[in-house]
Amino acid sequence: MIEVLIFATLNGLVTGLLLFMLASGLTLIFSMMGVLNFAHASFYMLGAYFAYSISLYTGFWPALIIAPILVGLVGALVERYGLRRVHKSGHVAELIFTFGLAFLIEEAVQFFWGRSTMNYRSPDILNFPLFTLFGQNFPAYKAFMIFISVSIFIGLYYVLTRTRIGIIIQAAITHPNTVANLGHNVPFIFMAVFGAGSGLAGLAGVIAGPVLTTFPGMAVVLGSIVFVIVVIGGLGSLGGALVASLLIGLLQSYAIASNLGMPDLLNLLGVSFASDHPLNDIWRLTLPQIAPILPFLLLVLVLIFRPSGLFGKRES
Amino acid sequence: MLRKSIVWIVFAIVLLVLPQIFTSIFSISIFTQMTIAIVFALSYNMLLGQGGMLSFGHAVYFGLGGFLAVHALMMIENEEMMFSVTLIPLVGGLFGLIAALFIGSFSTHKAGTVFAMISLGMGELIAASSLILVSFFGGEAGVSGDRTYGPPFFGYDFAQGIEVYYLAAAWMFVATLCMYLFTQTPAGRMANAVRDNPERAEFIGYSARRVRFISFAMAGFFAGIAGGLFAVNYEILTEENLNAASSGRVLLMAYIGGLGFFIGPIVGAIVLTLINSLLSNYTTLWMLYLGILFVLTVMFLPRGLTGFLMMHRVPWHLGKLRLLAVPYTLTSMPGAVFLLGLVAMIEMSHASGSEFVYLGIALNPDGYGSWAFLLAVTGVAFYVLRLTLPRLRDAWSEANTITRKPDHAAKESGGQS
Repeated sequence: MIEVLIFATLNGLVTGLLLFMLASGLTLIFSMMGVLNFAHASFYMLGAYFAYSISLYTGFWPALIIAPILVGLVGALVERYGLRRVHKSGHVAELIFTFGLAFLIEEAVQFFWGRSTMNYRSPDILNFPLFTLFGQNFPAYKAFMIFISVSIFIGLYYVLTRTRIGIIIQAAITHPNTVANLGHNVPFIFMAVFGAGSGLAGLAGVIAGPVLTTFPGMAVVLGSIVFVIVVIGGLGSLGGALVASLLIGLLQSYAIASNLGMPDLLNLLGVSFASDHPLNDIWRLTLPQIAPILPFLLLVLVLIFRPSGLFGKRES
Repeated sequence: MLRKSIVWIVFAIVLLVLPQIFTSIFSISIFTQMTIAIVFALSYNMLLGQGGMLSFGHAVYFGLGGFLAVHALMMIENEEMMFSVTLIPLVGGLFGLIAALFIGSFSTHKAGTVFAMISLGMGELIAASSLILVSFFGGEAGVSGDRTYGPPFFGYDFAQGIEVYYLAAAWMFVATLCMYLFTQTPAGRMANAVRDNPERAEFIGYSARRVRFISFAMAGFFAGIAGGLFAVNYEILTEENLNAASSGRVLLMAYIGGLGFFIGPIVGAIVLTLINSLLSNYTTLWMLYLGILFVLTVMFLPRGLTGFLMMHRVPWHLGKLRLLAVPYTLTSMPGAVFLLGLVAMIEMSHASGSEFVYLGIALNPDGYGSWAFLLAVTGVAFYVLRLTLPRLRDAWSEANTITRKPDHAAKESGGQS
């Protein structure tokens, strides 16, 4: 029991921190431009595919640096030539634009790399079990993922709160006109933040690609979950995004690891149903089965009872 | 009033005559798909275009209605119930309505991002649950029925595609008429008011939430009708019909067609169905083209294809439409060459084998010569296209300015600028 708990926690931590790398960029972009970027997870996918193609020539480590930068550039171009143009048509048009972009990137990925799964592997140097607990191995690569995510979080926190750039960005979120009057190029800041957020998503893709497999559907798999996190955490709140990421990561990981379900609950209550009962499917549900829908259930509940999210400010 | 009735009568006649002109089974199947898509896209426009509610989970009502319709078909087949297949879409509509009443009771508190997120969450939730609740949704394989078991309707048993087309067209005509009339009711008008300014609407004394709830329920009802028509046509429903991809497709249809006009989603549904069924015969990359079309539409034609056509209303009223004819021709010729060249390069990069025939020209995907040729043609076309643009821009502004007959023109174009 205890080893299941420990490994579920570790795996949940890996997933949660990975989700945070996506969610942090998304929530930063939202607080700046008021746009929920549907294509954010597509940048994550692009990161994995770029890294795969680069690693064919140079190996994993240069790809770890180059791929996120390339994705960041793509993101900046999208903001400069796409989003900025659509901005004047209103928020709905912006949302729909990013939605179309997500669709387009998925098709483009299939165009360039095909529909099959890429053979993108973690570097050999990290292919060893870091420690063995109760006879189960914990791969070093997962520890590496935790290390990267945590250092990104610390770096992001440091940049946003302790440096001049961070202060300008924070000011540009709340008072863009004043910042512009002080002589800063606000549209450029927007573009840079969009690019940096996309780059972070790309980095998440680079390190997640070998573990979660690199295939054209990987953006769809993660995309809506990242949305769920940003909304649950409270739109625009970085701290909320961290808490919600870990919450969702751990929740899913525990649900998958547990073997509890409705049969156990019914046994506990002393109720039983015949196997031809019309709701038979419900009486046989198990937690691992409903793990994929738990985030969405949480999302709907949070939106009904606390529309501003766990850490969000009150809606104006 | 008379002019409007004429439009509807012409619409009905077109629906009646179409399958008599294009008689092949393939084209009739496309027409049936179109009618279903039109009902679905129009119901979506009740949310987004008229109510200002951006939904990412509208396929839920289409799918739930469709699933119940298939179950109704199975009940007819097993002789547990006895009613005509012609009423199946109504079954779907009622179930879509019930689902929308339930989900709308908590999702219509707010429009905007909150609504969009709840619709996304509900969409994912129901799509994922449909794979778990196997007895109703049939899991991965879906559920299927047979439409020919019901009592014959005036001698028709709907075994033929054309009979299904007429059934779908009749339902589509009625549904379209109802949706149009809904926009003219106080509820439909208030939906527009709440979309544009919920605060003002509340100050007049209307509950913005209730107005949204009514639109939402109606949209669910008509989406369910579309789902029921789908069930009658295909006799099978799977998880694919209610997942996020389907919800995205209907958004695409309504947006490409044009949200601001009643006819917009109809145009979008027709265009997208044509792309879907015709383009996919020629190329495996049609989804890529669709994505490009969508992104370009959002960027350059925010009011959709219908909005683009409607832009010509002012020149039309000023009697200056012919000023645009020559510049349009001049721009569209290099434009077409440019697009064809791009498509040729995209297709050639995916061509298998050493020969690739495009528009009767044999190209060699492995040789540099073909690539250089295509690049040159496309590049020159792009350059010429750029050269023609200033003339088009001048003609456009000229066509939209009032010069001659100031009194008449001002009267005609009044309130349109």
